[in-house]
Amino acid sequence: MKLMKDTALLHKSMAEILVDHPYIEDFLTSFGLVVKPSVDSLQDYLATLDPDNLEDLGINEEQLRQSLNGFLDGMLALSDPMDKVESLTIIGGHDKSGKAETLELTLKPGEVICIVGPTGSGKSRLLADIEWVAQGDTPTGRQILINNQVPDSKWRFSTEYKLVAQLSQNMNFVMDLSAEEFIRMHAESRLVTDPEEKVTQILKQANELAGEPFAPDTPVTSLSGGQSRALMIADMAILSKSPIALIDEIENAGIDRKKALALLIKEEKIILMATHDPILALMGDRRLVIKNGGIDKIIESSEAERKNLASLEELDNKLLALRNRIRTGDTLENI
Amino acid sequence: MRFLTISGPPSSGKTSVILRVIEALQAREKKIGVVKFDCLLTDDDKLYAKKGVLVKKGLSGALCPDHYFVSNIESCVTWGHENDCEFLISESAGLCNRCSPHIKEITAVCVIDNLSGINTPKKIGPMLKSADIVVITKGDIVSQAEREVFASRVKQVNPGAIIMNVNGITGQGAFELTSLFEDASDIETLKGKVLRFSMPAALCSYCLGETRIGDEYQTGNIRKMDI
Repeated sequence: MKLMKDTALLHKSMAEILVDHPYIEDFLTSFGLVVKPSVDSLQDYLATLDPDNLEDLGINEEQLRQSLNGFLDGMLALSDPMDKVESLTIIGGHDKSGKAETLELTLKPGEVICIVGPTGSGKSRLLADIEWVAQGDTPTGRQILINNQVPDSKWRFSTEYKLVAQLSQNMNFVMDLSAEEFIRMHAESRLVTDPEEKVTQILKQANELAGEPFAPDTPVTSLSGGQSRALMIADMAILSKSPIALIDEIENAGIDRKKALALLIKEEKIILMATHDPILALMGDRRLVIKNGGIDKIIESSEAERKNLASLEELDNKLLALRNRIRTGDTLENI
Repeated sequence: MRFLTISGPPSSGKTSVILRVIEALQAREKKIGVVKFDCLLTDDDKLYAKKGVLVKKGLSGALCPDHYFVSNIESCVTWGHENDCEFLISESAGLCNRCSPHIKEITAVCVIDNLSGINTPKKIGPMLKSADIVVITKGDIVSQAEREVFASRVKQVNPGAIIMNVNGITGQGAFELTSLFEDASDIETLKGKVLRFSMPAALCSYCLGETRIGDEYQTGNIRKMDI
């Protein structure tokens, strides 16, 4: 199977390769090689590379071939459909004092689970256990099952099959690109079939989530905090294949948090959110309370709590309106 | 003794990652040695000593740092073995991007950071391209999408490597990285081992202290630009 894939590609002409498989050109140029369209096959191209030139570039032919094979395997894996995650099960281990965590918790796509607890209580360790699909081999002794089974170890190391996409609190950009170019680059790195359509979709979604709209040619480094969060949530929902979304608090500024969560839920992700915000916490189905490194209890959001959500939102909107008045130069003598 | 070479561009977070790994290994009661290679000055040996691990420091001074590394690493390994280290880690910076301390059959780790720019992975030679494990740091500072784009660029130049995100400040990912170190190459000596890739050549008048500029002063291994 692998042999067939290799031979077929190796016998294509460089002119065809450049048109049909542009990622091979990216691969070769990233090693500093010069690629030109010609009637020579990829095989001939590799065979005629000057060994001295390769040594200057810090590679040799054998390593280059090996890397090319690995690269093509990765590309194939990207175009494979991701295994469907129907459920994620956390089987309890123990807390920092060794006290057993007696629980077996199953999470399903579309569920929102909030994780609460003071700094240092072990929230990050729980999220890390999930990302690492722990099998009793982490300090907590927890075990993670996917679809009720011990999962394939590919989830641990593969960049193509990342189980978890993480939205951290810091959302700075360092790349010198516009929002549109940035999302396009991300889409291309994921080898999606219709990058332009995805880019349009993501920008449209992000603008719906953000309090203040932004143009596609805005440099990512000049987006406001709310706009960056909106862009990254839209990107995560539409582009990321990861079935689990970890969110480290969505700050309440410049973004419609309700819509943001609804978008992720619609994309059938399992959402785990570390938050102490009462509104976000009540939007969740359950809250895991972390204490001393262990899951101390699980609170189901009750009917009474949900009723209070409406009045909390009212309070929140009132505060937001005041914030807007400050922004537009108004005074707050009458509130 | 498990031996690993850890390298990476300056300021990519090698020392922080190693410190977090040391904490995780010490939790498993392992005896650890670290050899820190640098050029002019380093205080990192003190950070390691504070963790209670055995430390050796080597400063290359006026010599090419990677040539200095390869001429000393065998004795360092013997030192670690004689001191009953269960883990020995060598840390060295890749300063010219073409050099690499990685040795065949010895677990090779490259540390590179998300802030270094998306073109950096292709600019780094065998230090990154021939590593077994690539650790990407400073992920907490950038967005998820940037982390993914950066990792895909690393994957492009080293498709065979295990790529891991580790946070050198909080230690997120360090435990997982350490579990890979448990499977690192188990050796007593470097006798008979070879480098994964030749080091950049030097052997010209400037290697021997020449400072004057001009064709008449240039002898030895000299290459001219095509202008």
